[in-house]
Amino acid sequence: MSAHVPAEDHAHPTPGTYAKIGLVLFVLTALEVGLYEVTFGASAGEFGRQIQPFFIPLLLLLSAVKFALVAMFYMHLKNDSKLFSGVFVFPLIIAAIIIVALILLQAYHWAFARSG
Amino acid sequence: MATTALDQQRVHAAHAEKTGLWSWITTVDHKRIGILYGATAFFFFLLGGLEALIIRIQLARPDNNFIDPDTYNQLFTMHGTTMIFLAIMPLSSMFFNYLIPLMIGARDVAFPRLNAFSYWVFLLGGLFLNASFLFGAAPDSGWYGYANLTSRQFSPGPNVDFWNMGLQVLGVASLAAAVNFFVTIINLRAPGMTMMRMPMFVWMSFITQVLLLLAFPVIAVALILLMFDRFFGTHFFVPTGGGDPLLWQHFFWIFGHPEVYILILPAFGIVSEVLPVFSRKPLFGYAAMVFSGVFIAFLGFGVWSHHMFTTGMGPIADTFFSLSTMLIAIPTGVKIFNWMGTMWFGSLQFRTPMYFAVGFIAMFIIGGLSGVMHSSPPADLQQNDTYFIVAHFHYVLFGGSIFALTAGAYYWWPKMFGRMLDEGLGKLHFWLMLIGFNLTFFPMHMVGLNGMPRRTYTYPAELGFATLNQIETAGSFILGLAFLVFLWNVFQTSRKPRGAVADPWNGATLEWAIPSPPPEWNFDRLPVVEGRDPLWEEKRKHGARLPEPVVGTGAGIHLPNPSYWPLVTAVGVTAVFIGIMMSPKWGAWGIVAGVALLFFGLYSWLFEKGYSEFRTPSHGGH
Amino acid sequence: MTGHAHALETSTGLDSRKLAIWTFIGSECMFFATLISNYLVQKGKSLVGPFAHEPWTDPATGQVMEPIIEIPLVTVGTALLLFSSLFIVLALYGAQKGNRKMLVGWLGATLFCGIFFVGMQVYEFTHFAHKGLTLSRNMFGASFYVLTGFHGTHVTIGVIWLLTMFVLALRGKLTPAKAVNLEIAALYWHFVDVVWIVIFPVVYLIR
Repeated sequence: MSAHVPAEDHAHPTPGTYAKIGLVLFVLTALEVGLYEVTFGASAGEFGRQIQPFFIPLLLLLSAVKFALVAMFYMHLKNDSKLFSGVFVFPLIIAAIIIVALILLQAYHWAFARSG
Repeated sequence: MATTALDQQRVHAAHAEKTGLWSWITTVDHKRIGILYGATAFFFFLLGGLEALIIRIQLARPDNNFIDPDTYNQLFTMHGTTMIFLAIMPLSSMFFNYLIPLMIGARDVAFPRLNAFSYWVFLLGGLFLNASFLFGAAPDSGWYGYANLTSRQFSPGPNVDFWNMGLQVLGVASLAAAVNFFVTIINLRAPGMTMMRMPMFVWMSFITQVLLLLAFPVIAVALILLMFDRFFGTHFFVPTGGGDPLLWQHFFWIFGHPEVYILILPAFGIVSEVLPVFSRKPLFGYAAMVFSGVFIAFLGFGVWSHHMFTTGMGPIADTFFSLSTMLIAIPTGVKIFNWMGTMWFGSLQFRTPMYFAVGFIAMFIIGGLSGVMHSSPPADLQQNDTYFIVAHFHYVLFGGSIFALTAGAYYWWPKMFGRMLDEGLGKLHFWLMLIGFNLTFFPMHMVGLNGMPRRTYTYPAELGFATLNQIETAGSFILGLAFLVFLWNVFQTSRKPRGAVADPWNGATLEWAIPSPPPEWNFDRLPVVEGRDPLWEEKRKHGARLPEPVVGTGAGIHLPNPSYWPLVTAVGVTAVFIGIMMSPKWGAWGIVAGVALLFFGLYSWLFEKGYSEFRTPSHGGH
Repeated sequence: MTGHAHALETSTGLDSRKLAIWTFIGSECMFFATLISNYLVQKGKSLVGPFAHEPWTDPATGQVMEPIIEIPLVTVGTALLLFSSLFIVLALYGAQKGNRKMLVGWLGATLFCGIFFVGMQVYEFTHFAHKGLTLSRNMFGASFYVLTGFHGTHVTIGVIWLLTMFVLALRGKLTPAKAVNLEIAALYWHFVDVVWIVIFPVVYLIR
């Protein structure tokens, strides 16, 4: 079972594709900021108040898409060995679990401490 | 290919393992680095043992004043910190370093200079931590440094800073080594060695590296936050500024619990190597051993708050962590049954390594049982902060890790040093250790349940702890005697001529196929592996024991050159943390100097002239 | 990190150094996860202002402290950091194809963005300190500066790394055979960008 280093024998995005991704990233960032302005900005109005409960999920969704685009295309995970994806994604899962766990523990601790 | 006698001489000279201090300072050979780790770790182990003996003298009698409370705090803190970070972990590193390339059929690790760097950083970190004694300011808030005892307000001296900076330095060493071994195990296996054909020690080491990579950054951040609290006026863990001391405990134990699996998994791996050889039977349930190890590692990130049952987290949190903790006992149990299954109907050879391996199983079971007892929050409410906990973790860390590491030492000694340790002295060592260990730690279950608190420098006579404490102290000195026997064995053995054969134990794995000790390049020809226990396969095909391998000339084999830049860079890393610690006095200059040295070392390393990158020659060839 | 005359044979066929940087990046995920969870857990625990998005009146003096976060400046920095990821991918493409002009040009552009981002952070820190936000002032100050400061430190290390690659490229040393060295540097750089993709909304946008 010998192996050899492949000379980039996987599909390779072109500079044009990279540029398009860059544009999408820029637009997504603009959407993030726009969402903020619409919800909390100086000129925010009734619509802003209505979407306030959705603000955080929408924002996190936009960030997640940006994250995935950079990881898959710029960091090449889409076209590279799945081992690299595994080495990156597994710690992300542990990290997410810990962040969520700490937030829950914190919220519960405060609530529990208050109710005695 | 060398042909003339002169050529052969030149080639041989090029490969002759150089001797002398400079060759050790510049070595990038994984075997030498392993020996450096082992010797240094054993020295720190004896230091930690000395700290323990002083503690035991103090506790032998009620209302004792052999040492004062502040000294006592420093001793138990340094004992714990030393044993965990400067003894058990680097002893495991000795085996990672020495064995992993040999067991996977490689010539060295993926990044030899990074490997050397890890050792030097470890050495400097250990020296830095212990230098605190010279200032009369050894760390004194426990090895877990609970907030807000560690705040500037309650710990104004440099003790906590020594601890903080020392652990950060050691963390760098561990992370660098973890990256190195992770890549080595994935990428440098001999042809035919799939992941599911790797020796169990390599698997357990692999999982340990993953745990290191994921857990150490967490404590690095926690220590950084503590550093900011102490040096820059933040209030992360300080209640008067809105901070929560409990947050420290969360961060610490998110690291701390995976850390204990980091401490035990290599031991599991060692025992999984020793038991089959001395039972003349393959390891029972290889796949189950792999998956239980993976499961333990993954689940190990979900149990941390069982260290915090007495902090009032609330019933839901308590229940969740109690259940996850009970769950993690299952894969551990699987391993124990598989070890017993290995021995079952095996042809048991009771040599010294086997004694320690079987002793490990017995002691670890006891430690595991008390661990399961802690997993119930109501029960733990009584047990926590008592000697019952001390008993538990010593049974798993000493009865577990140390027994297994000792088994490994006796088992691989001939491979590393070309000499067999004396069997008689080895067995004496075992019995003294077994008796001394149980005398020291078993009574702690009793005094603990009867209420003797941890981390307290004395106890009043009326509580009735005196007799058992006396027994414990006697036991601890028997333990000390056991290690003197070991030292005597090592000394006597070193005076014997080198004569160990390549395969004194009839081993199953690749390291036994090469001379004892191996040549610098490990294998003349890189092996091709066709199954688990490759050496037993070979012997089965041959129908008998294999002939004694001849030491080759290493002709045509390229090895990485020695280098001193890893050491220079390591000094730079240490200097940065010394600079941070001294920043109140020196301002930023210490940090700047450290960073400058770090970059100087690093760039010199990266652009080292004439450095031939390590090559794995193609299989079958040189 | 010298190059090879011929390829290494590894068990996976993958370059060990590339695997190493991914392993390191995986570890760094936990580092930033801890910093981010600290920020989130400490949110709302400030005893006094100034605050991120609301004004605060000092009950003792009646002084009003303006909200700290200023969206326009950080948005420019965020956009530049994103574009720097695009630029370095283009630079890598140039390196792999042996196109030195492309390599040097886009690598220079990447550096410009990176240095600008660090500059923006330095300006931001001093500006916020002027507005009354310091490390010891309140929990927001402590968490904000530590989280964004450590990210900024990572960016600075990336800038130094890329500067080194830039000098090598100028001297013609970054040949296609050595392009993997730039690939490794680029992976670190992208990671630093990806962390900011998380920090930007969490710190600056979420209220």
